[in-house]
Amino acid sequence: MTLYTSTVVTPRRPSRVWAKFGENTAYALGLPIILLVIWGVWSSISPAPFFPSPLVIAEAFIETWVGPAFFADVLPSLGRLAIGIVLAVGLGIAAGIVIGLVQWLRELLEPVFEFFRAVPPPVLIPIVAVLVGANDLMKVVVIVAGAIWPVLLNTIEGVRATDSVMTETARSFAVTSGERLRYLVLPSASPRIMTGVRQCLSIALILMVISEMFFSSSGLGYRIVYFQRNYLIAEMWSGIVLLGLIGVLLAVIFGFVERRVLRWYHGIKEVERA
Amino acid sequence: MPDALRKSEPLLNVERLRKVYESSTGNVEAIGDIGFRMDAGELVCIVGPSGCGKTTLLKCIAGLLKPTSGVIELGGRKVTAPPPNMALVFQEYGRSLYPWLTVRGNVELPLKHKKLSRPERDRLVDDALAAVGLEHATKSYPWQLSGGMQQRVAIARAVAYQPEVLIMDEPFAAVDAQTRADLEDLVRALHRDRGMSILFVTHDIDESVYLGERVIVLSKSPTWVQEDLAIDLAPERDQITTRALPRFTELRTHVYEQIQRAKRGEAVRPEAA
Amino acid sequence: MTATADAPTTVAGAPRARQHRTMRKLVLGVAGILGFLATWQLLPTLGIVNPAYFPTATETILQLFVLFGDLEFWRNVGRTLTSWALGLLISTVLAVVLGTIIGLVPFLRRATHTTVEFLRPIPSVALIPLAILMFGYQLQAALLIIVYAGFWQVFIQVLYGVADVDAVARDTARSFGLSRGSRIVNLVFPTALPYLMTGLRLAATVALILAITAEMFISIPGLGRAIMLARESGQWTTVYALVIVTGMLGLLVNLIFRAIERRSLSWHQSVRGEEVL
Repeated sequence: MTLYTSTVVTPRRPSRVWAKFGENTAYALGLPIILLVIWGVWSSISPAPFFPSPLVIAEAFIETWVGPAFFADVLPSLGRLAIGIVLAVGLGIAAGIVIGLVQWLRELLEPVFEFFRAVPPPVLIPIVAVLVGANDLMKVVVIVAGAIWPVLLNTIEGVRATDSVMTETARSFAVTSGERLRYLVLPSASPRIMTGVRQCLSIALILMVISEMFFSSSGLGYRIVYFQRNYLIAEMWSGIVLLGLIGVLLAVIFGFVERRVLRWYHGIKEVERA
Repeated sequence: MPDALRKSEPLLNVERLRKVYESSTGNVEAIGDIGFRMDAGELVCIVGPSGCGKTTLLKCIAGLLKPTSGVIELGGRKVTAPPPNMALVFQEYGRSLYPWLTVRGNVELPLKHKKLSRPERDRLVDDALAAVGLEHATKSYPWQLSGGMQQRVAIARAVAYQPEVLIMDEPFAAVDAQTRADLEDLVRALHRDRGMSILFVTHDIDESVYLGERVIVLSKSPTWVQEDLAIDLAPERDQITTRALPRFTELRTHVYEQIQRAKRGEAVRPEAA
Repeated sequence: MTATADAPTTVAGAPRARQHRTMRKLVLGVAGILGFLATWQLLPTLGIVNPAYFPTATETILQLFVLFGDLEFWRNVGRTLTSWALGLLISTVLAVVLGTIIGLVPFLRRATHTTVEFLRPIPSVALIPLAILMFGYQLQAALLIIVYAGFWQVFIQVLYGVADVDAVARDTARSFGLSRGSRIVNLVFPTALPYLMTGLRLAATVALILAITAEMFISIPGLGRAIMLARESGQWTTVYALVIVTGMLGLLVNLIFRAIERRSLSWHQSVRGEEVL
């Protein structure tokens, strides 16, 4: 007499799979579509001067940004943003590692850095503008000067807080310091570093927008303010939507990178919650 | 006479080891005077009352702590930094294995600086994982495994490193009883099949008698060697039969009594010879 | 039979050594600040940076003390803090209400997920032109920007908090027959409170940044506008002095809210994803 239990797994019926997919899509698109419809209907019933209907905005979007303006304004803006972010993250992590590993250096510099981080980044714009000039270099410098601090400080903290048992393990196996950096210090600090990078991205976007809105004669930010000043409402909205899309794009890219780099970290959290 | 033939040369030699910590209330003498020798291929267990500095002793032997005075020699050479021919297995496997590396990655890491060819390294890793019974878990991450399996990974990591001496610091304290029995047998198998020299620290008296060829009993702080007991059980041991032997009970009781005396501070400190 | 476990041997972290460490940290920290000030002093003095637009540290600090005696300066500080506090309050109330409702109803959470994930990354400053159009160069325009940014910080944290109720605790409550309302008060609120405090801290920082940004670029009275005015009239010492003031304000806000957050964290062990700005 055998006494065994097993869980029986039946493959999901194909129709069930499609139903699930449809359900997910409905949830994903449901509210946005409803909101847009309400907005559209409202604006045709009682038009508000500063809230044109979504259709008008969509039209303006295509007219404004699908064309030469994309290359004249949008791409350069994105380019400066990208360079600024790469520099801020790269320099921040590199310097953060060095400072985090040398205790006296860290204790020397951390208070000063914490003060720099506390200064609201947009305040730096007029200063950088007057020292460097109102040009492309200024925009990149502004982004780096404002967005580097969360990366730098979080890297320092992450590097400092390497688990002592893990360090002893490495030492007991005579792991070289280069290997320790690559296989212990950096991975162990990566959750904190990614938090810093996320903050860095938000700050970089804000600085790009503001420096272009008020200290520039080209770029996406400048265009939006130009539209606003000339009461080209739909075009202004289309610019805001575009900025929103860029923000979403940054968030999505970051999400991908973070999930990949921190796969192990999320795994542990899941196991802990179970 | 070539070194290899000189059997009288011990693998590990600890002489008059003393470790004193400084504190605001005065000096804490963690280790008073410890001396013992261990030959190649031996399995020596160390037991002692709580707070007697077992971990301090191990860290000094492993080169992670500097002793205040005394000599530690491994393979004839003084230990000043973690020696390359020694491997450690910690109690806190959860904090000793790297969660961002797979099982294979963890076992492989100490080998990276050993200047081995790729196939050679892979062979060592596969061999070690097979020895602990984890051939099927190479692509998993440590946190996906149970506590006992994680400790096996740590053991595999130490084994793959091919050390001359394996040091284990209460490795099974944080593991449940059934798993502990399996792991104890694993240690004996490694010792028997590979002739590994193992220094095993534990607070579990039964475990020390079951595993060891010798049991070193430490006194309480300031620690010295209270007794160096030879375990004359057969080399072939089994959880059920060996533990049921009358001799096992005798030895275990003896060690227990020694520890009780050590806790009461009754044993007399041996005068310097 | 076992002997009791070996007591953990700590490294010599005895009180005296700890005191030495704290002293050293203090000394080095002060040294770092002094070194920074010295560098600042030297850069314009040696002409590495144009001294017309980059006054020395001593000049700036002197100007700072002049400002401390200026009533208008303190009025500006008050104005900045007022719009900051107002914006923070509005965004928190909105976020707590919406966050709790949506967080407690799984259907709403799913339905709003994509909308939230699209609206959240929009930089609040992108709405400045819209705010100017809607409200002109008034406080309401600034509030729109501040509230939009602060809202998301608190909202997301409240969502996390409401969802983080420990499953075992919840099952225990249900097995003891606690009503829905009672569960919300006794289980959900205490669990969500530390998250709320984190969100509050993040929102406070963001709100300050945006309050000052709004003052700078929408000409709302306050420290931000004072900076732009000083810049326009070429009073660069005032500009840098005011920048230092904003930094100090930022530090103060951060420290206070971190303390509040730590107080509420004292019993709750959890790691929350930090989102800023």
